[in-house]
Parts: sequence; C-alpha cells; structure tokens
Amino acid sequence: MKAIGIILAGGNSERLKSLCKVRAIAAMPVASSYRAIDFTLSNMSSSNIKKVAVITQFNSRSLHDHLSSAKWWDLDRKEGGLYIFTPFLSSDNSFWFRGVADSIYQNISFLKRSHEQYVIIASGDAVYKMDYNKVLEYHVAKGADITIVTKDMAGTGRDVHDFGVMTFDEDMKLTSFEEKPIEPKSTNISLGIYVISRTLLIKLLENTIPKGYYDFVKDIILRNRSHLNIYGYQFDGYWNTLNSIQAYMQTNMDFLNSDVRSILTTEPYIDTKPSDDPPAKFNTDAEVKNSLIGTGTIIDGSVKNSVLFRKVTVSEGARVNNSVIMKSSYIGKNCVIDNAIIDKEAVISDGKQIVGTADEPVVITKGQVV
Amino acid sequence: MRKKEMMAMLLAGGQGSRLGILTMDKAKPAVAFAGKYRIIDFPMSNCVNSGVDTVGVLTQYQPLTLNQHIGIGVPWDLDTKNGGVSILAPHQREGERGEWYSGTANAIYQNIDYIDACRPEYVLILSGDHIYKMDYAAMLNFHKQNNCDVTIAVLEVTMEEASRFGIMNADENDKIYEFEEKPEHPKSNLASMGIYIFTWDKLRAALIEDNKTHADSDFGKHIIPAMLNDGATLYAYRFKDYWKDVGTIESYWAANMELIRTLPEFNLYEDFWKIYTNSNYQPPMYTGSDAEVKASIVSEGCQIYGSIEHSVISKSVSVGEGSVIKDSIIMEGCKIGKNVHLDRCIIDQNTVIEDNVSMGGGDNTPNELKPNIYNTGITVIGSNTLVPAGIEVGKNCVIYGKTSSEDYVDNKLPSGQSVIIEGAM
Repeated sequence: MKAIGIILAGGNSERLKSLCKVRAIAAMPVASSYRAIDFTLSNMSSSNIKKVAVITQFNSRSLHDHLSSAKWWDLDRKEGGLYIFTPFLSSDNSFWFRGVADSIYQNISFLKRSHEQYVIIASGDAVYKMDYNKVLEYHVAKGADITIVTKDMAGTGRDVHDFGVMTFDEDMKLTSFEEKPIEPKSTNISLGIYVISRTLLIKLLENTIPKGYYDFVKDIILRNRSHLNIYGYQFDGYWNTLNSIQAYMQTNMDFLNSDVRSILTTEPYIDTKPSDDPPAKFNTDAEVKNSLIGTGTIIDGSVKNSVLFRKVTVSEGARVNNSVIMKSSYIGKNCVIDNAIIDKEAVISDGKQIVGTADEPVVITKGQVV
Repeated sequence: MRKKEMMAMLLAGGQGSRLGILTMDKAKPAVAFAGKYRIIDFPMSNCVNSGVDTVGVLTQYQPLTLNQHIGIGVPWDLDTKNGGVSILAPHQREGERGEWYSGTANAIYQNIDYIDACRPEYVLILSGDHIYKMDYAAMLNFHKQNNCDVTIAVLEVTMEEASRFGIMNADENDKIYEFEEKPEHPKSNLASMGIYIFTWDKLRAALIEDNKTHADSDFGKHIIPAMLNDGATLYAYRFKDYWKDVGTIESYWAANMELIRTLPEFNLYEDFWKIYTNSNYQPPMYTGSDAEVKASIVSEGCQIYGSIEHSVISKSVSVGEGSVIKDSIIMEGCKIGKNVHLDRCIIDQNTVIEDNVSMGGGDNTPNELKPNIYNTGITVIGSNTLVPAGIEVGKNCVIYGKTSSEDYVDNKLPSGQSVIIEGAM
C-alpha cells in the first residue's frame, strides 16, 4: 500500500451521556467482543497499510489500554507500525476545540518523515468494513486531490441532519458540502474518510493552521473547494456511527442481522485485543434466542434479542430482552431487563426491573449497583 | 540469555494412539479440549502462571498443528526477549545420521545444549497430555526445602488403579526409597504424574551416563531407578487437586462433559490461574431465533440455529436449523447442516456434516477395525472430513476423509463400521 493511515479517535459525544463519561467514542464496546476503533484499525491493517497514527484526546485511558500492544492488528513493526499521538492541553484552551485539522498539524512531523505517497484519514468512531485500496485506486483514477467517502443514507433510517451532507455532479465531483444542515440538499453524507496525497495535505495544513483555521471540513475542504478536485466515493456496505444512545443501541442490534454479522465472521476479520475467556456457558434452564453472547458469559436465565459482552452473568429466572449488557456485568435472579444498556461491571441485584423503551433505553452506568 | 532459576521442558511428541482418529494428523497435546483450548494450553498456562518463562517444547509426531498453535508464544506472553518458548524438533548433528527422540529422557538428552544455554539451576519436566492446574513454583519450594535432587509429583490413586501407574514407595516424610513401574502388587498408592523437578547438574550427569547404556533412555524406566541406586535424594510431592488423563476416547469425552455441569469440578471461569490459548478469532457466538442451547459450553464465532444439549462446541462452528446435537463434542470450524442428529459423537476440526445426516443411533457393536479404541458407543469423525447428506451412521463408527454417498451402502454405516479414505490427509 502506498498510503499511511491517520485515525481520528479524539471524539466524544454529549449525546452518549454516561457511556462516554468513562471513555472516548472510539473505545465504545460494540458487538460483544470489540471496541469501535477495532473496525477502522482492522480495515487499515487488512488494506495493507503498514503505518497508522491514532490521534486521541478525550478520555483516552481505555483507548490506550486497548492499544497497549499493536500486535493484535499486526502493527507491532520495526518499520512503521502503530503510533499514538496524544495532545498536550494548555491551561486555557483544549486541543480538541481547535479542530481536527489542528490535531493533524500538531503531528505534522509524522507526515513529513513518511515516504508513502498518500494518506488515508478516517474516524475511529464508526463501525464498518472497507477496503481502502479500492478508495485509493478510485482516487488515482479520478485524478482527485481529495476523495471523500460518501454513503447514501436513504432507507437506512438515520437522520442526515447530524452529518456533513454533500452533493455531486454526474462525475461524482463535489458540488456542495454542508455541515449538519437544517435543510439537507441530498441524502449523501460524508463518512469522515478521506484520501489525499501526503504532500498536498502538508501544504494545506501549513497554509491554514498558522492563520487560525483549525477545522478539517470547513477550513481545509470547503475553503479550498474552488481550486481542488474533490470527488466522492460511494460506499454501499454497512456503516453506522456511535453518536447517540439510540445509534449505539441500533449499531449493536444490527449485528443480530446475519448480513451485518458477516462483517465479523468473514475474512478479513475484525481484530481486537484478545481476552482469553472460556467458552460461554449455558446451564440447564438457559433460554437464548436471537442474541450475541460474548466469551466467559454464564447464562441460567432467558436472553432474547440482546447483545451480551464477555463475562456477563445472567442468573436463574432473569429475563433480558432487547438490551445491551457490557463486560463483567451481573444480572441477579428474577431480574427483568428490557430496552436497557448496562455498562461494564454493573450489578443488578435480585428481582430488580430495569425497563426502558425502544426510543429511550435506560442506561445503567459503569460499575453502578442497582 | 539471562540466567534462569527454573526452566521447563515439555514433552509434546507423543501420538496418543488410543485417541484414534483424533491424533491421525496431530500430536495428542494438540487435541482440542473444553471447546476452544488444546491440551497443551494447560501445562503451558501453568508454566507462565507459576512464573516459569522459559519453555522448550519437544515435538516429534505430527507437529504442524502444534507449531501453528504455539508460534512464538504470544498466547502465553512467552514472546519475550529473555527465555520464551522454543520448539525443539529432533535434529541432525555433525557426523551423525540424526535420530528420533527414542525415549522421554533421550529427548532431553538430545537437547542438553539448549538447557545449558539457559543456565538453569532446576529443570521442570512436563508432558503435554493432562488437564490440570498446578503451581510449579510451590513444587520448586518443596524441592529446595527438602534439598532434593529429584521431586516427583504424585497423585493418590486407589490401590486397584495403582497397577496402571508408576508407583513411588516412600517413607513417612514422602522420601522415595523405591520406584515400581506398573507393579502387579502395589505397595503404595502414590502414582507418578510424569511431572519432575530435577536439579540440573544432577540430571545432566544422569542423562549422559544413562545414554551410554540405553539408546531409548526413559525417565520412569531408567533415570529415576538409576538415580535412586546412586543414592540421590528423591521426594514425592503430593498433588491433591483436579488432574485428568484424557488418553482414551471415553475418558476424553467424559472429561469434556464434566465441564458443562452447573458447578464443574474443574473451573475455567475464575480469573485466578487463567488458561491461555491462541485467540486469533474473536467474533461473539450467535444463537438464532429458533435455537435452543442448554447445558452446554459454546465458543466464540459459533452460529447456532438448531438445538444443542449437553455438548461442548469449539470456535466458529455453525449448526443449521432443525439440527439436534446431544452429548457431543464438536471442534473448531465444523459446519453442521440442517436437520442433522448427533448423539454421543466427536467431530474433529473443519469437518462438514451435510443436511439430514443422523449419527450415533443403533446398537453398540464395537468398532471392527479397532475394538479396543472405539467401544463405548461414541462415534468419531476425523478432521477435514465430509459426510454427505442423508447418511445414517451408527455407534462406534469412524469416518475420515472427504466421503461421498458411494462410500456407504444404502446411505448407511452400521455400528462398528468405518469409512477411512486413504491418503485423505
């Protein structure tokens, strides 16, 4: 691969409430065994990108823990490999508020010291499988200066108001780009995945940041739109991002669908830091339907339409429906859990009822004892 | 390399022929156990949990699966700069034709150079055949406290069983005065577990001495009796916890089945003394809307649409709709079609069982080719095997290789019969 990768993992969301108080979005647990960043990181690794920088900022402890060894993604290399860039925070202003472009600019030596011709920039907050080689080939074939990966969200049920909305001409050249528009002109959103040549990126950053412009979309893409060839690359596969409680719930539940689940069960696999837990154990009265179950989980009760992470305990008589239960949580006897998100290491004592609705799932925070 | 107080030598070259078709293409230590593990994971994990970070694994019989599984030792954090895991295969020396490992002690003798390079004071000898959790550091303390030359881990067995083991006759302090290999009339019930700690310079001298007289030098037959004769200090170290030999089809099946009890005697679910294995495949398991999974353990990546009861299912197994799996062990990567019925079967890795196959019914005729191996009603299907749709298979049967319906008479394989495709490997 003639490209290096940059993963933006600094994001945090007010709309994820307590789930994000303890971790960056990129470290959000997804689909029983993974964290969100595993998807982008595995995509980079399986696209044969040998040098990847992860830029972190907000609540990065759990992310650092997760990335403590790069070997799970084959990125523990003597040449290249995984780089983690953590910003320094000044007393009056935090790095994040200066913008994504600034976070790359602060690490511009990474770009300058590399020799690869291209840079793939991707957000670490999204869940999808993509071969970046195809995007790069398209970028070269189009003679583009910047290629933005786009997805038509019509029919996905996701509200495009939350995203960057773009329009293109018949050749897929960008004609307009609006961030979180009130009246969107199309259903094509930016997935926050960009291909750009390394030297052009360095030039644009050096022309922009010192003047006090720090945003990637507004200050790098939109300001230069008139004299750059910017193209859209249409992505048709599964994609979701974890920017709200509902989106988090939906993304997990999407993996109960066999088409989405095939992202996990077909090559190239999504890799994660392993946790050598024993197989999941189903005792005599267990009843488990349409659910994902992580390793080390022990089930005596009933689990339906739910996603259980590793080492969860569901005691006898407990009923879990339409819920996400994260690692090492304990569900006591005869509990009823319905439309809930139970964060890590929570304890729900015997007989408790945690019942939310599909639109407003109840969230039990990490380590909470109910 | 930094000097080591104690290193381990793990004998993993044995075939384990009583496991029948399961060891056709891999050594016994590489046979899967408890779903996602392989037998060798238990002694390997015991080593790292006991602080032994230098392990030589001696391979000989069918080493491919073991080599791939162990690699550079990543699963056990043994990919270290000092020590770590080394796979030791038989090799040629200058001016010799090269020879196989002809006995347990001979295998160690042939690797004296490797041990010398690690400069240990003590060497732990292990076999890759048993399921147990044991703190070798506690055994080393015992060895040092008693100023032993050799410490032999022993299990208290019943007097009836004793004649099947190497038996230690010891005084009231557990100091060994006599060793008897499979005695007809045992004097004690302390059975050797095949786990030894030797003070290295003593073992080194004994190996070199014994090699002069025995080309097939063996610990039980030669080294231990010779050291006793020479007045060395040998102690028995009593082990009182769970320890299972899974050397036969029936004992292998039973040890797996014990794990699915609500409170199994052997606990894999405690964080203390974790068992590590190669975890290169991570997806969660999925149970479909019509699936039923009860009294079973199921590993990652499985896609279960049928019904599973009282079974042990390894990684990445798929079970189609309408299938009923009972009292069975299914290993990694198997694909079980729709409406398949399995009763008391062991299916080795990456095997495909097509739709409407039924196995494990009928009478209990022992296997005609190997009645001493397959005689307890368990039907065993080898690895990378194909059983075509609609075949009805009885008890004590063996199938190996990519079979087609022409390999069966009237789509049936009666109890005790085998279909083994030559050269299927």
